[in-house]
Amino acid sequence: MNSTVGKQAEKSDSIWVAKTAVIHEIAAEVSGVATYQLSLRDAAAAQSYRFEPGQFNMLYIPGAGESAISMSGDPADCGTLAHTIRLAGNVTRSIAALKVGDTLGLRGPFGTSWPREDCRGKNVILVAGGIGLPPLRPFIYQLLAQRDEYGSLHLLYGARTPEMRVYTREYDRWRAEGLEIRETVDRSSPGWRGNVGVVPQLLERLTGFDPAETILLICGPDLMMRFTARAALQRGMTSEQIWVSTERNMQCAVGLCGHCQLGPEFICKDGPVFRYDQISPYLKVEGL
Amino acid sequence: MEKPRLAVFKFASCDGCQLSLLDAEDQLLSVADALEIVYFPEATSRMEAGPYDIALIEGSISTPHDAARIQQVRRDSRFLMTIGACATSGGIQALRNGADSAEFMRAVYASPGYIEVLDQSTPIADHVTVDFELRGCPINQYQLIEVIQSLLAGRTPRTPGHSVCLDCKRRGTVCITVAQGIACLGPVTQSGCNALCPSYNRGCYGCFGPASQSNLVSLTSQMEQDGASKQEISNSLQNFNNNAPAFREESRRLLDRNGEPY
Amino acid sequence: MNDSVQSVDPETCFLTLDEFARLFEVLISRGYEVIGPTIDQEAIVYGQLSSIDDLPRGWTDQQEPGKYRLVRRDDNALFGYVVGPSSWKKQLFPPVSTLARADRTEEGWQFQEAKEETPRYAFLGVRACELAAMKIQDRVFTGGPYVDSIYEQRRSQALVIAVNCTQAASTCFCTSMETGPRCKAGFDLALTELPDGFLVEVATAAGAEILSDLQTMKVSPEQDTQANAARQQAVDQIERRFDTTDIKDLLMSNLEHPRWDDVAERCLSCTNCTMVCPTCFCSSVEEVSDLTGDHVERQRQWDSCFNLDFSYMNGGLVRNSIRNRYRQWLTHKLATWIDQFGTSGCVGCGRCITWCPVGIDLTQEVNAIRESES
Repeated sequence: MNSTVGKQAEKSDSIWVAKTAVIHEIAAEVSGVATYQLSLRDAAAAQSYRFEPGQFNMLYIPGAGESAISMSGDPADCGTLAHTIRLAGNVTRSIAALKVGDTLGLRGPFGTSWPREDCRGKNVILVAGGIGLPPLRPFIYQLLAQRDEYGSLHLLYGARTPEMRVYTREYDRWRAEGLEIRETVDRSSPGWRGNVGVVPQLLERLTGFDPAETILLICGPDLMMRFTARAALQRGMTSEQIWVSTERNMQCAVGLCGHCQLGPEFICKDGPVFRYDQISPYLKVEGL
Repeated sequence: MEKPRLAVFKFASCDGCQLSLLDAEDQLLSVADALEIVYFPEATSRMEAGPYDIALIEGSISTPHDAARIQQVRRDSRFLMTIGACATSGGIQALRNGADSAEFMRAVYASPGYIEVLDQSTPIADHVTVDFELRGCPINQYQLIEVIQSLLAGRTPRTPGHSVCLDCKRRGTVCITVAQGIACLGPVTQSGCNALCPSYNRGCYGCFGPASQSNLVSLTSQMEQDGASKQEISNSLQNFNNNAPAFREESRRLLDRNGEPY
Repeated sequence: MNDSVQSVDPETCFLTLDEFARLFEVLISRGYEVIGPTIDQEAIVYGQLSSIDDLPRGWTDQQEPGKYRLVRRDDNALFGYVVGPSSWKKQLFPPVSTLARADRTEEGWQFQEAKEETPRYAFLGVRACELAAMKIQDRVFTGGPYVDSIYEQRRSQALVIAVNCTQAASTCFCTSMETGPRCKAGFDLALTELPDGFLVEVATAAGAEILSDLQTMKVSPEQDTQANAARQQAVDQIERRFDTTDIKDLLMSNLEHPRWDDVAERCLSCTNCTMVCPTCFCSSVEEVSDLTGDHVERQRQWDSCFNLDFSYMNGGLVRNSIRNRYRQWLTHKLATWIDQFGTSGCVGCGRCITWCPVGIDLTQEVNAIRESES
């Protein structure tokens, strides 16, 4: 049946083949978390590589496998690609064993991105839990680069402990550039003067923004995102103003292996960023 | 860098799992290259004292002496891995659990007074913390090599947890239960043998033990519907992994002896 | 005799048994690997054929939930069975295939495609429900922004010779899914078996070209009537009815229905239904490395949403019960598939019913939910 298929053959050439990436720099963030600056070794590939905030790459260690990691750097500068990685499984622990100059595989970028156009002219509240901040950071850079185009900008960030907060060295600059930052931790430690409690409380207490003119972007564990969205709805926002970045077992990254399904969505290609009304019916079903 | 020190210990078992390791000659040589095998009575006369980086344990605990010895092995070993049905579930010898072992001894030995055994044959994990379990009767040598390679590379070993059925389908074996009415434990058994027996028209014997979340009750009900007696089904579960909890509970339930000895 | 021999492009023609027997050498001489029904392991499976003698002449299959048996027919029909445990998925989306290779060099890791020879298949004996299944997998593997080249290449080179069903099994429900039993599209040639030969419908130039190497005859009105009757027999034998009205909403609004707990009591989570399903497409990739670790292949294998670790994420399992895994399979197959690919994922072939070791019948599971609604 030559007629029915075959038109897209040229697109298919390399969806499974990784490109060689070289580790340029490794910066420890917090315990068990580090940011890897990668550059594609092939000059043409490096030149043409672009990503949108919220998208991810598949990083590949031959023998160990692939892992989906969001880009955490500035999309305006793709010279090196930042990936903030938490050491959790076989692949990320294998990455942890690498040093500057070592190579690994990279496929990407994949997935949907944060809704930049929807945010224009609006207040933007970014809500992150723990290692949910890295997928938002590229968007923070993008918002601050064109600060005038948005209303108020807030980052509400929750971490387990004060020591587990990432990117703290950048907070002063972000504040100076017009991002309000509110933080909370689950467990306090000596010297911590900020909030103790869960992230949705930060949103409940947030004042000085018009809910009707606000876009809310959330990245964190499923439960945290659901409670944060609920708090937003109680503040008078609608599901159409809320966006979440979901996570499931992403393996092929192109919607062909079936692992990452949540209801009708393939998280890898239909997500990871969804408008809340699209994904919330499925997010709230236990074990779906 | 010093090579990791590997030791292989035998408890109550048939040696088959150790032989699987020896069978994997080519791979073993490369393993031997990356490791220092310092204790492996089945293969060498070299017997160095601990500590060991990796200890492979074959066999179950069935004597007071072994119960004490495994404690010492644990103290001497950084990573302790059990290999085979005896070590992971108690082995075929666990059939004696709950039975009158004194009676067995009288039947077998002229002077049973010399024999000192425990009432039960139990898996290693009942006695000490086990870092990784490799199932099978015997183990799959390729899985063992994969596990050792993973440990050397600092990875968590990957051994599949799916049912035997998936392997039958991948290799093109037609389901012998559905097409021929042959009773098979494949749907409730963890893979590891590449679905060997069904490819020879034999039902799975459950050598790799129960798959996780295995639904024994449903399968045995179907076997009953297909004409097998409760005793026959129970017998089929009382094999090399008879003491694995899922198999043990179901064979007891079938014979209406919940929690009681056979 | 000569009068009735056609040489070019017949829309429908007749092929005698002897000429049909020559089809094998024609296909093989044109470089095709012929895959079709043959008896193996007490079942009619799809395997490599070299001649008409490899076909299951005089055999049929009897099917019911959890049971399949080969039975002798009282005639010499070559395609007198329904569907077996295998499907063409095995050829188009192989159980194991290598996607890519990685080699460690002095400059670090190098990655490349795993070039595998693409076999040129001639599929002989494709049923209407299986044509529908191929169309569904076409959408899955080639219809979106990312195309699976392994599937695409195998599919585009394959010649499809369909054979209309002339009987049905108790597990068949293609009429409910509107996929059969008549082969209507998606083939190069479609045959209907008669006692002394085959009625042949020609749908494509590729099909016509194969036929040009064979002597064909005009179809007589009697043959036409016979063929219609044979095909109607299949329709008449289909007893299973499956109400698919609003099935997407029915299932998605009943995600917490007690029936999921009920079926979980019976389901073995053994993966058999997903493996025999001609549309299930889930897979996993395994790293296969040599002993040095310097040469690694990425091997794709069939996987199943019934496997416990299929939904593993961040040290936990999303679907950590048989209930949740069965619910995922059924709702995907019959409901969310429609969102994803515009059609149901089910073609009504009944394989998942026959090949379930405990005979779970998905149509009954859905019916139970539907009945509780009304």
